[in-house]
Amino acid sequence: MYEVFAGTLLKRPEAGAVLSLVAVILFFVIFGGVDLANLLGAASWVNFAANLGIVAIPVGLLMIAGELDISIGAMIPAGSMTISIVSGYYELPIVVGILCTLGLGVLVGLINGLLTVRTSVPSLIITLATLVAMQGLVLSASVLLTGKASVPLAAPEWTKAIFGQLIGGSFQIIIFWWLAVAVLAWVVVHHTRYGNWLFAMGGDKESARNAGIPTTKMTIWLFVLSATAATFVGMCGAILFNSAQVSGGMNYIFNAIVSVVVGGVLLTGGFGSIIGIFFGTLTFAVVNQGIYFTDIDRNWSSLIIGVMLLLAVLMNNSFRSMALNYAPRKKSTSKA
Amino acid sequence: MTEPVLELRNVNKSFGPIDVLHDINLTINAGEVLCLLGDNGAGKSTLIRTLAGVHKPTTGQMFMDGEAVSFDKPKDAADRGIATVHQFGGTFPLMTIGRSFFVGCEPTRKIGPFKVFDRKTANETAVKAVQEFGITRIDDGDRLIGGLSGGERQSLAIARAVHFGARVLILDEPTAALGVKQASHVLRIVLEARKRGIAVIFITHQVTHAMAVGDHFAVLIRGAVAANFMRGEKSREEITDLMAGGEALADLDTAMEDYKDSHDGHPPQPASRATVA
Repeated sequence: MYEVFAGTLLKRPEAGAVLSLVAVILFFVIFGGVDLANLLGAASWVNFAANLGIVAIPVGLLMIAGELDISIGAMIPAGSMTISIVSGYYELPIVVGILCTLGLGVLVGLINGLLTVRTSVPSLIITLATLVAMQGLVLSASVLLTGKASVPLAAPEWTKAIFGQLIGGSFQIIIFWWLAVAVLAWVVVHHTRYGNWLFAMGGDKESARNAGIPTTKMTIWLFVLSATAATFVGMCGAILFNSAQVSGGMNYIFNAIVSVVVGGVLLTGGFGSIIGIFFGTLTFAVVNQGIYFTDIDRNWSSLIIGVMLLLAVLMNNSFRSMALNYAPRKKSTSKA
Repeated sequence: MTEPVLELRNVNKSFGPIDVLHDINLTINAGEVLCLLGDNGAGKSTLIRTLAGVHKPTTGQMFMDGEAVSFDKPKDAADRGIATVHQFGGTFPLMTIGRSFFVGCEPTRKIGPFKVFDRKTANETAVKAVQEFGITRIDDGDRLIGGLSGGERQSLAIARAVHFGARVLILDEPTAALGVKQASHVLRIVLEARKRGIAVIFITHQVTHAMAVGDHFAVLIRGAVAANFMRGEKSREEITDLMAGGEALADLDTAMEDYKDSHDGHPPQPASRATVA
């Protein structure tokens, strides 16, 4: 039994995330007096996880490929402001607003991607620059065009149904978008050649290029994906809450990176899994929102996240070396 | 006699004002191991990068099967069957054997309209390819490359190159970082590749390893072929001397530089001129 467990789960990238999730829930139940049924039935952390997860997956893909995108922090408010200004303030059809929003994501993603492949500047610095630049652009554009830093949006019913309705009164529709994105990403990353290219790029970009992988194109597309995902999350928020603010979104940067790293993705690239990122996001959401269901004071949640991050990364490290040192012992196992 | 698989005629390579390779003439035939010997900085790396399509020769020509070729990028050389295996073999330590074996040319199977990575075929093919080279310890394609020993990685990389139809195999110091036993594994694999009719270019500065597998030797000193001979034409001592000769030359050069430094940049004058003055 132990052999099976050790052989299948522990040498996989998601091992740390799954164990962290179990550990956090156990911790809350034992020390926080949480009613498990209550926690599992709650919408707050699932909604939180879905919004974060849609950004965390493309950010995780970039990290597997050895890059980083922190401009998402500005792209989320940029997305919600774009649709609110275009379809709310100027009252253009909502379809135009949606296209402009996603188009902005594609555009900024292209800028990030092109700058990364054309220069030797690390993508952390490039996206830090676009992060700050986009913050300034969104704020000044908003004040210049509408005179305010907060714009209302009244989306038609059908768009609300697709992007911003509450199912059962509390579950955001974006949960389904998240699941769809996760399944799609899982298929592409683990079951197509593109996934193989991704891991090769993260392992050694030079060798990957020599092996004939279009690394430049892949990198640009990954940046387009993450920026567009961020504007999508912003857009869904604006449609759901009928308004958009210039501020906010900065938390997503660290939240997404923590989720991805807890999920077993190696910061230097080349190792990770979609299932891991998925569970990393869930774990983060449970700590962040689940703490309200406990007797523990809310102020402790950051401490718990910090400790959890450290433990998860240490676990991931030892699991990775287990995977590296793993030699097949199938014969002895089957006999035993 | 048939045309050599690969031939270099008067190949020169300069980077800006620095001339690295001088009039390199080399031929290599199918089923032959050419050992390229030379000290660090002798131009071995530049030469193999030129062969692999990373650099283009400044002047001179390369021929494959008697036909002039010119490579714009490494992919061009790879398409003609020139494969390079670097010192550390598998370069993706965190990928599985099956996945890294097929990086860039993944086998797929169709599920409906979708092309899906065929992990089973990939693993089986990779394991079979490396076992054919006598490395029977590798029997699970799901193992990570990083968990293999240095010799196994080299062997896997060589098996990979051969599997994808390499005709010229460039091995860049494959035994440099290995222990005695591991190195002998790799040497055996080199002989196996030769047996299959592959032209092997084996770069090393370990004369013993070169003597064990080489049919044909070329010693590179300061970017030029200082000696080019067949197996049995020179003894181990002579080869070592040749390589050391390169070192002695370098010493002489330093002595010259030192002299210039202490004489306002003037080189030492020949004795005859000194007497005239």
